[in-house]
Amino acid sequence: MVDGIALENVGLRLGVKDFHFDCALSAGSVTAVTGPSGSGKSTFLNLIAGFETADSGRVLVAGGDVTQKHPSERPVSLIFQDNNLFSHLDLLTNVGLGISPSLKLTAENRKAISNALERVGLGGFEKRMPGTLSGGERQRAAFARALVRKKPILLMDEPFAALDPGLRLSMASLLLDLHRETGNTVVIVTHDPEEVGRLADHAIFIDHGRILAQASAKEFLARRDIPQLAEFLSG
Amino acid sequence: MLTKIERRRGIALGLTSLVGIALFVGIAAFALLSWDAGQAQNRLLTAYNWRILQFTLWQATLSTLLSITFALPVALALGRRPAFPGRIWIVRLMALPMGLPVLIGALGLIGIWGRQGVVNSLLLNLGVEQPVSIYGLSGILIAHVFFNMPLAARLLLAALERLPAEYWLLSSSLGMKPFSVFRFVEWPAARRVIPGIAGLIFMLCATSFTLVLVLGGGPAATTLEVAIYQSLRFDFDPSRAIALSLLQIGITAVILAAISRFPAPDDTDSSLGRTNRRFDGRNWKAKLWDVAAILLATVFLILPLTSILLAGAKADLWKLLMSSAFHRAAWTSFAIALSAGLLAVATSLAIISARRALADIRHPGRPAKILSSALAATASLVLLVPPVVLGTGWFLALRPFGDVARFAPVLVAIINMLMALPFVIRILAPAIETHRRRTSRLSASLGLSGLPQLLRIDLPVLAKPLLTALSFAMALSLGDLGAVALFGSGELTTLPWLVYSQLSSYRTNDADGLALLLGAICLGLTMLGTAGQRRAGHG
Repeated sequence: MVDGIALENVGLRLGVKDFHFDCALSAGSVTAVTGPSGSGKSTFLNLIAGFETADSGRVLVAGGDVTQKHPSERPVSLIFQDNNLFSHLDLLTNVGLGISPSLKLTAENRKAISNALERVGLGGFEKRMPGTLSGGERQRAAFARALVRKKPILLMDEPFAALDPGLRLSMASLLLDLHRETGNTVVIVTHDPEEVGRLADHAIFIDHGRILAQASAKEFLARRDIPQLAEFLSG
Repeated sequence: MLTKIERRRGIALGLTSLVGIALFVGIAAFALLSWDAGQAQNRLLTAYNWRILQFTLWQATLSTLLSITFALPVALALGRRPAFPGRIWIVRLMALPMGLPVLIGALGLIGIWGRQGVVNSLLLNLGVEQPVSIYGLSGILIAHVFFNMPLAARLLLAALERLPAEYWLLSSSLGMKPFSVFRFVEWPAARRVIPGIAGLIFMLCATSFTLVLVLGGGPAATTLEVAIYQSLRFDFDPSRAIALSLLQIGITAVILAAISRFPAPDDTDSSLGRTNRRFDGRNWKAKLWDVAAILLATVFLILPLTSILLAGAKADLWKLLMSSAFHRAAWTSFAIALSAGLLAVATSLAIISARRALADIRHPGRPAKILSSALAATASLVLLVPPVVLGTGWFLALRPFGDVARFAPVLVAIINMLMALPFVIRILAPAIETHRRRTSRLSASLGLSGLPQLLRIDLPVLAKPLLTALSFAMALSLGDLGAVALFGSGELTTLPWLVYSQLSSYRTNDADGLALLLGAICLGLTMLGTAGQRRAGHG
């Protein structure tokens, strides 16, 4: 049993596409998931988050078998590329929903929300609406929600893809800071080889629904033996 | 981007149609106002008119509330169940009442909710003494909900489906229970579109003519439109008709002004095919609730439609088809519908091209700006003056020139055209806009213009939206009783008028048969139209 994430012989069929994943991601690591578009990166994430249920095999998250569990019962936080915040709710509410899905917040909870917003550089933004924020600020707010949720796993689907290159750097360092503070297990889908080097301890390369390569980030970036991976790394 | 000639031609066409519409509406209004205006003014708020006005607003308010209250759970249920068995057919069923002539729908409702209908025999068997009445206020409300609940449900569903897919993923990942999802996700989305939907439905119900004519009509259940019709047709009291017309224009103006402040509801983005994945509402309570809401709505809609089918099939359809009355009415209806449809499409094209020509001017002066907004407003201004009021005006204007019946077919066609105009523009404008955006630069650089551009570039792409608009306008005209009601006679008989007069003379069997035929024709036309639209949307 692992404390991180394990996909044990997981098989899934979606329409005409077949997926097969078998891998283990150790607790407290940052794993980058890469691959061409349509290769199955997001499906990989969905299997962990619970938006897809494996046809066969087991999904283990933070020491428990979650294969048949509803997304809400899995100890994960999620950050997407976009639409991480409900645009009609202010930041306090958006972050607060991470603590209590029916928004029953104690004074202590509110304090925690303010602290989390402070921590991601959005101090005093409680009443702001998402529409008044920049793309980077919205992603920071999503980080704040992940912080207050205190889940051992953080899943991210190209969280910085919509941001400017400069902003990506500062967001990446924020992510790493938060990761060191919380010691969570991070899985980040990215199509940017630089981001792999910048963020990840480990990396996975997926093509046609299968894991073609899994290695430490350093080895991963140096590999040239798999043509698809070589093509990806050369940009 | 346009050549000078193109620009001038566009503006000239638009100006012509604008002047034409203004004249047609203006003459009717002038005739109304100049006909002993003083007397009408004194009679503006008599006790009778006041009662009619109150009833009009009261039934419209109740109809709107009921339609939306019923539609909301249905839309939420359909939104939460993207994989509900037969969902696509249920959503399509909800589009049916819009394409069904109102009179035909009324017949179906009488079949189900009438004294001999399924509902009341069921209630009697259950020991309920007082049956539901399809006549009077309750009947009008049932009918308005029948026509408007599915409209509201579709628009609400579209609003839910437009939400980013991430919202559903997030809310389930955060562990929101159904009530939290409703409170934080579904209701905020619905709340944004409900004012617009409510305004639209209120407008439709406040100006509802045919349903009230058939199901109401007594002194206790008459709306302004029906009262106008009755005061001309039965009492021949023009000054009362004028007073009522002024009230009618007044309240439609207020409603239109109110609606224009809300975002217009639209289901253009409605995927109806693309479905969001939902992970909430997995427990049996939520499932039961959704199934109940969807089934109830489906049964409510499908029963009257079935009744039309069954009652119509009982009639001697062959004899009806071969009867000379049917032939004459069908021929008249078709001629009026085709003229109204072609006219509506031509006028819309003129308005659209004029607006484009005006938008093309780099530094538009004041006149250009005024003209452009006048053109934009025309489509909705038409809604301001309801068909019965237009008919009344022209009725009075033409009386000095002899028998009004002689001019009636032309009047009915033009009034039908005006009624269809807002819808036709809504179908054509986006299609043409997209087409221009794709081709105008290329066409300009290749020097294509005039006939070659029309034949090679425009027609192949725009044929489908044009056909959609035409068939839609024709269906609207074919099923319309409002414009023809004032003029209908032995000389001018359209299909809806024939159904109505047979209904009035208690030849219900023939009426049912005719209703089935007319309903089939109109639905066929609407389906032809939407099929074209769907394909055009994908192409």
